[in-house]
Amino acid sequence: MDSSVHVPATASSARPALARRAARHRLLVALAVVAGALPPLVGNGYFYDVAILVAFNAVVCVGLNLLIGYAGQVSLGHAGFYGLGGYGTALLASKYAWPSLLALGAAAAAVALIAFVVARPILKLRGHYLAMATLGLGIIVSIVLATEDRITGGPDGMQVPPLAVAGVAVSGELAWYAIAVGTLLAAVWIASNLVASPAGRALRALHTSEVAAQVAGIDVARYKLLAFVLSAALAALAGGLAAFHAGFVTPATASFLRSIEFVTMVVFGGMASTAGAIVGAAVLTLLPQVLTALRDYETIVFGAILVATMIFLPRGIVPALARLARGTRWMR
Amino acid sequence: MTGMWLQFLVTGITVGAIYALVAIGFSIVFNASNVINFAQGEFVMIGGMSAVSLLATGIPMTLALPGAVAVAAIVGLVVEKLAIERARRADVVPLIIITIGASIFLRGLAQLVFDKSVHRLPPLAGERPLDVFGAAVVPQSLWVIGVTLVIVVALTLFFHRTRAGKAMRAVSHNRLAAELVGIDVRKVLRASFGLAAALGAVGGVLIAPIAFTSYDAGIMLGLKGFAAAMLGGLGSFPGAVAGGLTLGVLESAGAGYVSSAYKDAIAFVILLAVLLLRPDGLLGARSRDRV
Repeated sequence: MDSSVHVPATASSARPALARRAARHRLLVALAVVAGALPPLVGNGYFYDVAILVAFNAVVCVGLNLLIGYAGQVSLGHAGFYGLGGYGTALLASKYAWPSLLALGAAAAAVALIAFVVARPILKLRGHYLAMATLGLGIIVSIVLATEDRITGGPDGMQVPPLAVAGVAVSGELAWYAIAVGTLLAAVWIASNLVASPAGRALRALHTSEVAAQVAGIDVARYKLLAFVLSAALAALAGGLAAFHAGFVTPATASFLRSIEFVTMVVFGGMASTAGAIVGAAVLTLLPQVLTALRDYETIVFGAILVATMIFLPRGIVPALARLARGTRWMR
Repeated sequence: MTGMWLQFLVTGITVGAIYALVAIGFSIVFNASNVINFAQGEFVMIGGMSAVSLLATGIPMTLALPGAVAVAAIVGLVVEKLAIERARRADVVPLIIITIGASIFLRGLAQLVFDKSVHRLPPLAGERPLDVFGAAVVPQSLWVIGVTLVIVVALTLFFHRTRAGKAMRAVSHNRLAAELVGIDVRKVLRASFGLAAALGAVGGVLIAPIAFTSYDAGIMLGLKGFAAAMLGGLGSFPGAVAGGLTLGVLESAGAGYVSSAYKDAIAFVILLAVLLLRPDGLLGARSRDRV
């Protein structure tokens, strides 16, 4: 399935393909420019803390958006994969003293394998049923993590040794910022290539109608599987990196509420839009930071914002803004 | 040893009755609107916490408990009016987020209006456990089972004997046809949310003397109620009752014989098993794909 990730848009006519490739990587360039420009402008410790958090969440959302936004398959359990990635990395790096990057890669690969195994039966379900199955799966993962305290440390969680690349421990905000942003750029690159490939068209086709896609000769099950496994692997990768960054993992990383947060970020930013997934991750990571000023009103305002956005902007912020921008251009 | 399994059975049926009430609420709302209301569990919490607050103001129990149910029903109607009605044509995912947002909102509101501590309601009929063939049964258990039984009978009569109940069933079978014969579908939707909220609150009021209540007690109860609804067949009224009781008994037996640490996981393992093996539930009608 990796082969389909790198397939270029079309080989039929050169000019449109080139133009499309430029459009495809516009987001990547814009993101790199913004990420590069921010530290000199607002480079204080608090900025780095939040920006790193945003980037990790955005990696999860870029992957999840392939599944929810493009393929139209809901998952209310991706925090389970995120948590498993974190715990897998932590266990391999601490108990078995594996090198950091090997632990990270092995954990992400293991989670991808788990996702691959559970995907076949689960992805036969649709709509609410799929949502509930993934929800159940995520909750089971978080209960197991909280209960098997001899391995995971139980509800208190476990320590994670510092990230070391080629024997050198990563320290400092700037280094972590670079790692987080680099991972996000890689995730965006993978996602935008996938979306522009035949696989991306297949995902969008099955979103519109699975039956019609099947009739058109698309192997629906295979493409759903692809989106599911890729999104799970990205979630696990982000989970592992976040565990290294925080220095510990707790079962809360795999909780139902965390899954909800991820889905909300994707839907809030705008489904079927990679830029939307990143904006959603940024806004919803920043929002609680801002809302803490409201103290007791924090939860209530958060809930109200969720409901209001979904009612008034059901397509999410970025697509709504894009339409607005197009609209004003037409008027001129 | 008979006492053991009898004990698990009674405990299971007691909790299962609450799951059944929540599951009926899920099914009623689903039938009227095809919405899975993730805020359903919050009405259980609102019922329990309102009863605690009303009792604290000195209102007698006989008024406080129905009052708490009424509060939850009103909140249910408001949620329907403010959130669901405006998003009638939304897709599945935005609808899921809306009801989740509503549940977060209600939880936040409960923190403000009530408080963040754990409360217990006094039981309706004393604390002393009765001895039933070696099993210790708290009187509140009998209240839970008895009231649930009355509600099930009353709802059955309502759905089959009254115009309003028949209208609700008609909408669940075919919304367009129901509209064509002059049924006010929006009114049915509103009534469904109110009724579902009230049912959840009854569960919350009944279980608070046994399982306590707090502002965040609704999440798990709601999710398990949903598992019960799925187990019985989403949208099926007898299915919701059977699913709730089965889930309650399996959970309490599992906690007793297998592992009490995994008590909360049992509901979700069952949920997954049902979804994968028999997605229409034990008593639900088989659904087919339509192009």
